Amino acid sequence: MEYIFIIIGAIFVNNIVLAQFLGICPYIGVSGKVSTSVGMSGAVMFVMTLATVVTYLIYNFILIPLDISYLQTISYILVIASLVQMVEIILKKISPALFQALGIFLPLMTTNCAILGVAILTVQNEYNLLQGVVFAIANAIGFGLAIILFAGIREQLDLVDVPKGMRGAPAALVVAGIMALAFMGFAGLV
Amino acid sequence: MNKIKIITRGLITDNPVFVLLLGLCPVLGVTTSAYNGFGMGVATTFVLFMSNLVVSLIKNFIPNKVRIPSFIVIIASFVTIVQLVMEAYLPDLFDALGLFIPLIVVNCLVLGRSEAFASKNDTFSALTDGLAMGMGFTMALTALGGLREILGSYSIFGYSFLEGDGMLVFVLAPGAFIGLGYLTAIFLKIIGQR
Repeated sequence: MEYIFIIIGAIFVNNIVLAQFLGICPYIGVSGKVSTSVGMSGAVMFVMTLATVVTYLIYNFILIPLDISYLQTISYILVIASLVQMVEIILKKISPALFQALGIFLPLMTTNCAILGVAILTVQNEYNLLQGVVFAIANAIGFGLAIILFAGIREQLDLVDVPKGMRGAPAALVVAGIMALAFMGFAGLV
Repeated sequence: MNKIKIITRGLITDNPVFVLLLGLCPVLGVTTSAYNGFGMGVATTFVLFMSNLVVSLIKNFIPNKVRIPSFIVIIASFVTIVQLVMEAYLPDLFDALGLFIPLIVVNCLVLGRSEAFASKNDTFSALTDGLAMGMGFTMALTALGGLREILGSYSIFGYSFLEGDGMLVFVLAPGAFIGLGYLTAIFLKIIGQR
């Protein structure tokens, strides 16, 4: 039951993009087409889950025993940066097809604040490892849901005659606002 | 490069928020009031200023291949300093900004300026650029925070000017996106890019 609460909470109620404002850069930047946003969501799910597991282990088995939890930010970002690099190399070797699909999105992961954000939130919420993994996957699904829906809307938006001053980023932001408004309907679900 | 040009670029023609759309997570996340927006802006400016300084000083000693990880470590160190100082002296602001303080590390604006400007220019230009970009960022955050505070809770910098509760939607998540959308449109119109 507790896992269902985590999943529904992360996907709908506290959607990582529309309620927590994490991962806005890829949300605005890579949402031009549905196909690229699907690739982006896949890469996010992959890296977010791995990063949460690795940072969880580092926090509980290195930072806490040595009493150096103030190094959390530095160690996490280093781990995430090297993890992304490593995933890129391994994927290229063992699964060229998957690398083709996710490859161009992987370098963007290091500066995607959703990844670091979820890793820090897992510690803040005091989840155990399994809860952390579920939390990471659910957040990645929430990210995917938001960005794919948004990309679909933006594909249609290109065909519409938007007033000159609102074209591009301003219109996209207002659309995101309306999406956030819709997601607020889920508040109180959990 | 001309220092005046660097400053006007950071504040206006290449404003990090309204024109470049960089570092939007804290812009949307913390601007529930003008004070929070201003505090976040100042914290980011400090990190930007210091990391630009250090990066421009040691740019000739960093091997090209590991420059991005090195920049990230430099930035993360200053973010940790901000985090510890703010927790000690401004605990209220620290609680209000929450998760977004450690997330300055992954603010694309900070890494972007290290990579695109500080690693290619002399120290004084890099310092000017860090300050100008930081001020442009602070300006945008304070403007959006002010707008949301005025419409959402009928007050500005904590001083209430009207009775009543305000339009709740501007305090909540949707108001951040909608407010930033219209502010961006107005800003682009004023500087004549539309």
